[in-house]
Amino acid sequence: MHEEIIMAGFGGQGIMSIGQLLAYSGMIKGLDVSWMPSYGPEMRGGTANCTVIVSDSRIASPLTSKPDSVIVMNLPSQDKFSPKVKEGGLVVTNSSLIDKEVEREDLEVIKVPANEIANELGNTRVANMIMLGAYLARKEIIDLDTVKESLTSVLPERHHDLIPLNEKALDRGFELVNEEVTV
Amino acid sequence: MAERVLMKGNEAIGEAAIRAGCRYFFGYPITPQNDIPAYMSRELPKHDGVFLQAESEVAASNMVYGAAGSGARVLTSSSSPGISLKAEGLSYIAGAELPCVVVNIMRCGPGLGGIQPSQGDYFQATKGMAHGDFHLIVYAPSTVQELVDLTYKAFDTADRYRNPVMVLGDGMLGQMMEPVEFMEPLDPADLPKKEWATDGAKGRDTNVINSLALAPEELEAMNKKLENKYKKVKANEVMHEEYRMEDAEIAVVAYGTSARISIKAIDMARERGIKVGLIRPITLYPFPEKEVAATCDQIKKYLTVEMSTGQMIEDVRLAVNGRRPVEFFGRLGVVFEAEEVLERLIAMGGEIQ
Amino acid sequence: MKKIASYPDSLTEKHFHYCPGCTHGTVHRLIAEIMDELDIREETIGVAPVGCAVLAYEYFDCDMHEASHGRAPAVATGIKRVHPDKVVFTYQGDGDLASIGTAEIVHAANRGENITTVFINNAIYGMTGGQMAPTTLEGQKTTTSPYGRNLKEAGNPIKMTEMLSALDGPSYIARVSVHTPKHIRKAKKALKKAFQRQLDGRGFTLIEVLSTCPTNWGITPKDALNWLEEYMMPVYPLGDLKDIEEVE
Ligand SMILES: Cc1ncc(C[n+]2csc(CCOP(=O)(O)OP(=O)(O)O)c2C)c(N)n1
Ligand code: SF4
Ligand SMILES: [Mg+2]
Repeated sequence: MHEEIIMAGFGGQGIMSIGQLLAYSGMIKGLDVSWMPSYGPEMRGGTANCTVIVSDSRIASPLTSKPDSVIVMNLPSQDKFSPKVKEGGLVVTNSSLIDKEVEREDLEVIKVPANEIANELGNTRVANMIMLGAYLARKEIIDLDTVKESLTSVLPERHHDLIPLNEKALDRGFELVNEEVTV
Repeated sequence: MAERVLMKGNEAIGEAAIRAGCRYFFGYPITPQNDIPAYMSRELPKHDGVFLQAESEVAASNMVYGAAGSGARVLTSSSSPGISLKAEGLSYIAGAELPCVVVNIMRCGPGLGGIQPSQGDYFQATKGMAHGDFHLIVYAPSTVQELVDLTYKAFDTADRYRNPVMVLGDGMLGQMMEPVEFMEPLDPADLPKKEWATDGAKGRDTNVINSLALAPEELEAMNKKLENKYKKVKANEVMHEEYRMEDAEIAVVAYGTSARISIKAIDMARERGIKVGLIRPITLYPFPEKEVAATCDQIKKYLTVEMSTGQMIEDVRLAVNGRRPVEFFGRLGVVFEAEEVLERLIAMGGEIQ
Repeated sequence: MKKIASYPDSLTEKHFHYCPGCTHGTVHRLIAEIMDELDIREETIGVAPVGCAVLAYEYFDCDMHEASHGRAPAVATGIKRVHPDKVVFTYQGDGDLASIGTAEIVHAANRGENITTVFINNAIYGMTGGQMAPTTLEGQKTTTSPYGRNLKEAGNPIKMTEMLSALDGPSYIARVSVHTPKHIRKAKKALKKAFQRQLDGRGFTLIEVLSTCPTNWGITPKDALNWLEEYMMPVYPLGDLKDIEEVE
């Protein structure tokens, strides 16, 4: 197993956190992992992205030019990263904020109304977890329980009261995809 | 086995230093290594250590000079433009034969350049740090685990040779997270006493920390002594790693992040039947000169891969000494992709056939 | 009044990259308005710092020169000695001017170098992500003073403007703020006076501007304005600190 994922969105959408959460969960499972953020000067309003690699063998480069999957939370990210996905790869897109179709026939696209579901749950900020949940339902590289267990280690302590909400958000994203598949 | 933790390269450096018994950090903020001072400002007070944000890198490197002369294990870190300012202190530290560890998380220059990862400070680190005939011992880690292991080791090497040791990383290594295992922490109280340190002359002759030698013979003797030390360093401290070299006809020579990207390219090239391997210098000074030379009978062509316009290639050429062609691939500002290296390897493979 | 509402000629059309609520933009605008009003845009050479204003050369529509971190007064000195008839200004943050560049600013001021320095004091390192500045207040938490600035270890908030006023070289030194429209008007007056002094060949001038960094202070732009008034102003009192018409 070797999975290369790029996650991208606005700064503040929690992109870096879900990347770290996935990498941490992979590590708990005994896999090799890497997490590489894009970094820029302290200027606001930009996009943020990170590359996560999870593998059962030694990871060479922590970068990827052809990811297996991308999780995109805003339009600029979808425009930038969906053309890079490997042939037949996966795009998990935030349909709450992106109403443009992915312009490639070969890709599998999962549309997740992440902001809407997050609002239903009472906090827009867990939209990222819904996206990750949806991704994990499709790509079973790590089980959901391990990811949930990892929340305590990855989230800063001041946000630990939000762990139940984050777990619920992961579940909602996960269920969304599973329902789609069975319907 | 120790527990694996997921850690940013920069923070891992800080933790490794503390575990090596370092209790003093003097530095000045600069991207992309800011997590190191942030980590030290948070963690050192918990170990009764001192974190001090200096007014500049010049001051920081001279604080290191003072602390090193006082017998402490001491760390400073910066990124390229800041390292240029640390040069003064480092020359005095080397001249006075003091141990310290300095981390350079390289970004792209020259001048203000940018904050993207780079390997443009190879010449500076290995040859031209500052005035005078001295060398830093330079480690070039390529994973977060190696950042930890080599930072820890750097303190020992520095003490053994009484010489500054540099850990040379880049923005990518500093910013990325990988699982790491840490060694048991060492208690600074258990370290051997440095008899030469300035800690008060009670009951002994006075100690002087100094690099001044006005008399010509004295000056020559001081430099001879350093020269002998570097000979020993060259004989004993070279570290390198080889990957898929057994039957290789092409050898990539690359260090740090470039080596990692090259490994990916080498694996892809091997799938296409190209016989290529990697020589990865882990110490840049001393450079694995003999180790590279030893491959000349087997290797038909070398490719040096760097995030620069070609610096280490000069050492590779010196080692190969005209016996084989040495080519170069590199980009700077932009981090190159494995596919770009692969393309070059395919072309070289074709030429060999 | 009409002039103030219009877009200054001395600013380019480029959109500021500054965070919402950051007062760097306010001060840029004031300087540009003054260049317009004194009609010196084509006579001016600005020196950009290393700090959040590192891209100032993209905003000021006059000749600009980049400096390395803290060295702007030295660079400006070089420029001024070649072009004594031109207007030369430096624009510097508190890390740039009051930490790494202390030697350069002290000696430029002491030489009475006929330049104008605009000193943005926001009590933090903005560009690099919120480290302690020499101007950081007692107890203020930053990424390198995570337990709050401890005066015993990190020294006191540095009062550059008072220090420089003790020298014989400077002609005009003042501290202003830009957190209310009233203060902005006063700030402009002081800045204009400084540039005029330079035009009159009277020697070194410096205006310290108390400024906000909502992003790294970790508060809203509105709270940042209040924080400046409540916490910064008592430590850094406003007013003219040195004002002599003739430097002997
Ligand atoms: C020699 C050197 N050291 C450090 C840096 C990194 N650096 C860039 S800006 C800056 C400080 C910025 O703070 P300040 O001057 O207060 O400006 P602000 O961003 O707050 O406006 C530092 C330390 C650098 N570019 N060069
Ligand atoms: S980081 Fe602070 S100083 Fe820099 S632009 Fe943002 S608010 Fe302004
Ligand atoms: Mg500042």
